[in-house]
Amino acid sequence: MKRREFITIPAASLGGLLLFTLDRKPLRAQTRDGSVRVPLKFFTEAEARIVTAAAERILPGDESGPGATEAGVIIYIDRQLAGPYGRDKNRYTKGPFVESVPEHGYQGRATPREIYREGLRGLGDFPALAPALQNEKLRAIEKTPFFALLRTHTIEGFLCDPMHGGNAGLIGWQLVGYPGPLMSYRDEIDKNPGLPWRRKPVSLSQVLGRPVKGWEEE
Amino acid sequence: MKQLKPVDVVIAGGGWTGLLMAKEIATRTSLTVAVLERGPARKMADYAAGMDELDYNVRLRLMQNITEETVTHRHSVRGDAVPVRQYGSFQPGTGVGGAGEHWGGVSYRYEPDHFTLATHLREKHGAARLPENLAVQDWGVTYDELESDYWRAEQLIGVGGKAGNLRGKIVEGGNIFEAPRSHEYPNPPHKSNYLMTAFHKGAIDLGYHPYPVPAATLTRTYRNPDGVTRAGCVYCGFCNRYGCMIGAKAQPSNTLLPVLASRKNFELRPGCWVRRVIHRGGKAEGVSYTDAAGEEFLQPASIVVLSSWTLNNARLLLLSGAGERYDPATGKGTLGKNLTHQVCAGLQMFFDKPLNSFMGAGGMGEAIGDFEGEGKLDAGMLRGGGFRTQSSGDGPIASFGRIPPGEAKANWGAEWKKSSLRWYDRMGSVMFEGDHLAYRHNYMDLDPTYTDKFGDPLLRMTLDWTDHERLQERFAMRIQMGLAKAMGARPGGMLRGVGKRYSVTYYQSSHVQGGVIMGASPETSVVNPWLQHWRVPNLWVLGGSTFPQSGWGNPTLSALALTCRAADALINRYLKRPGGLA
Ligand SMILES: Cc1cc2nc3c(=O)[nH]c(=O)nc-3n(C[C@H](O)[C@H](O)[C@H](O)COP(=O)(O)OP(=O)(O)OC[C@H]3O[C@@H](n4cnc5c(N)ncnc54)[C@H](O)[C@@H]3O)c2cc1C
Ligand code: SF4
Repeated sequence: MKRREFITIPAASLGGLLLFTLDRKPLRAQTRDGSVRVPLKFFTEAEARIVTAAAERILPGDESGPGATEAGVIIYIDRQLAGPYGRDKNRYTKGPFVESVPEHGYQGRATPREIYREGLRGLGDFPALAPALQNEKLRAIEKTPFFALLRTHTIEGFLCDPMHGGNAGLIGWQLVGYPGPLMSYRDEIDKNPGLPWRRKPVSLSQVLGRPVKGWEEE
Repeated sequence: MKQLKPVDVVIAGGGWTGLLMAKEIATRTSLTVAVLERGPARKMADYAAGMDELDYNVRLRLMQNITEETVTHRHSVRGDAVPVRQYGSFQPGTGVGGAGEHWGGVSYRYEPDHFTLATHLREKHGAARLPENLAVQDWGVTYDELESDYWRAEQLIGVGGKAGNLRGKIVEGGNIFEAPRSHEYPNPPHKSNYLMTAFHKGAIDLGYHPYPVPAATLTRTYRNPDGVTRAGCVYCGFCNRYGCMIGAKAQPSNTLLPVLASRKNFELRPGCWVRRVIHRGGKAEGVSYTDAAGEEFLQPASIVVLSSWTLNNARLLLLSGAGERYDPATGKGTLGKNLTHQVCAGLQMFFDKPLNSFMGAGGMGEAIGDFEGEGKLDAGMLRGGGFRTQSSGDGPIASFGRIPPGEAKANWGAEWKKSSLRWYDRMGSVMFEGDHLAYRHNYMDLDPTYTDKFGDPLLRMTLDWTDHERLQERFAMRIQMGLAKAMGARPGGMLRGVGKRYSVTYYQSSHVQGGVIMGASPETSVVNPWLQHWRVPNLWVLGGSTFPQSGWGNPTLSALALTCRAADALINRYLKRPGGLA
């Protein structure tokens, strides 16, 4: 069996929140210096460090609020790639594979997993670079299918329900002001014209009062 | 292949139209009815746990698994088609209830001219002035003939709205351009929010005639004529692409199955994938199918009904050799012709104030009727369309990053993030939904190369836009710009849209029609005006595949009305004297 790989994330950035938002299984352990070690399902540790750094450039934590690292985007992407989506179970994958016009979308053979593996190979020393250089590197690959996936997955991991591993501590929902999957706005829908209706967000399992599994875990 | 005990009626596809036909036959006769549905069983109790944007709106968990079957597409007969590898321009449903479980509930009627479009356009413009390759046809049924069935369908699903034309009397506040209706809607319109109110006011300022979008997302607790009671909508916003956790949105599972559940002559078999219609000498003998375990069966039946949505209705008939294949070079043959989609083009509008757009319902919106069908159009345009703003419920993943053009240099990074936060929940849209005219070069046949999980050929779509659709888009953009300004909003980028060529990469609508069209003559259509196959009278075909061309509005109410009409013909006439109806 493959050796278990971990990524270590500063607990300060995760605010300890992942511990309570992620599901039943003890997914990570607090280390002595206070950071957390998250077991990886798909990436190697080196790959996970690149993805973490790149996602942070896409959605940086800055004065406008927390970013991709704090939301645990890496955990989300790792799980998606480990699951059926990563193995292309959401795509028609019979050949022949032929290039076509842009209106036919991505026609390639490579699965999301393979696109990541290949894309990450080109970003070897990425985590060690200064942010400005990192941005430059990403600009150079902006038009690639790999970057398109990375960008999309970063947003998804920032704003998905925490059952999928991202949006740790509902950090993304708090930032944008989304209350979570509440069951009813019957008494609100025609009120608040032009005024924000904001609540402390809740996750789907909090709304339902029971654990819920993401598709990737079934 | 294992041969099963015969049933009287076998229905291929357990979505809106198939289960409606099953309900009519199983409650009004003692015939045995078996519905074969390729997907799983579904129940309301599962839908609360399905309120997850990622799995349902992004990964499309309720849709047909595209690894097992897709379609191929090419822009013209010159060139090979490639498969649609991931869902884009439309989204086929699967499982009991079909796309009817995860639709939005917008429930328009088509207007009278649409049913006699070929005659109408010829009379209005003269045949010589119509595009040479135009293939629009009359339906073989008129609005007046269908009106009572529209009313039945509206009661069945409990549409909420406001009539604008009651038996010829114009009623302000409703759609004053609509055709006469015999009754007021069964339910009142949806509540109105900030966005809809702004649209309403802006439209009036411009001299247009706004009205509330008619919706099957129930606006109050409602009991339909079958005695099925459903709760009113609570505007949770998990509506399009989700099932409703309280049954407020009309779905086959909450509207038809409760009636069917108690019928001993009805049987529903999920996991059963229909492969062929077996027919000999102009008579259907049943269908063959493969069940979830991979075992093959032959289900003999006296009557076969196809209700497997547009694409599979056409594909099953092509695979089974039931009908004459259409040839675009000669114009001969009928099976596969008149493939149409919908001309959808939207404009983003940015507001200074938050819209709380996570609240909403699939059918909640405000529309103008001034250009539906026709109206004051640009030169060269034969048909217009509807305009509406909608609050169907937006999740945070879909909403994030919607910013006015020019607000950030890249679509990632610090500047973009800041701008995305600044504009979060500030975007609404005006959508144009136009008629899509039928052309000789847009059609369906079987792909010579690509196959489904069983090795059967995929359906091939040959489809592209013409100048007419581009005119519609340009026209739409101008009207939308005017509306955005009148609403005090900042116009943004385009949504959906026609573009240079038909694209399968982004969602347009799931309103794909044609291929098995209805009409008054076997020379020009596959099924007759009662949806009975011209050459195989004990074979019936339901749904959008029978529409000779696409109207401006969402199609489902029309498909349900036509199913009611077909059921009456089958039960009241065909059963008494089996054979072709005239
Ligand atoms: C996201 C979305 C939003 C929509 N919103 C609206 C709206 O607001 N208003 C509107 O009017 N319409 C809307 N629609 C369209 C609407 O859902 C369809 O028009 C309607 O469901 C069509 O009914 P049907 O019976 O033809 O097909 P369906 O309801 O899709 O049922 C077809 C069934 O046949 C089954 N089937 C297919 N092939 C086979 C086979 N070989 N063997 C066995 N079973 C098979 C499928 O699994 C499916 O269950 C929407 C669609 C989508 C996807
Ligand atoms: S918005 Fe209304 S109809 Fe739609 S799923 Fe929610 S409660 Fe049901």
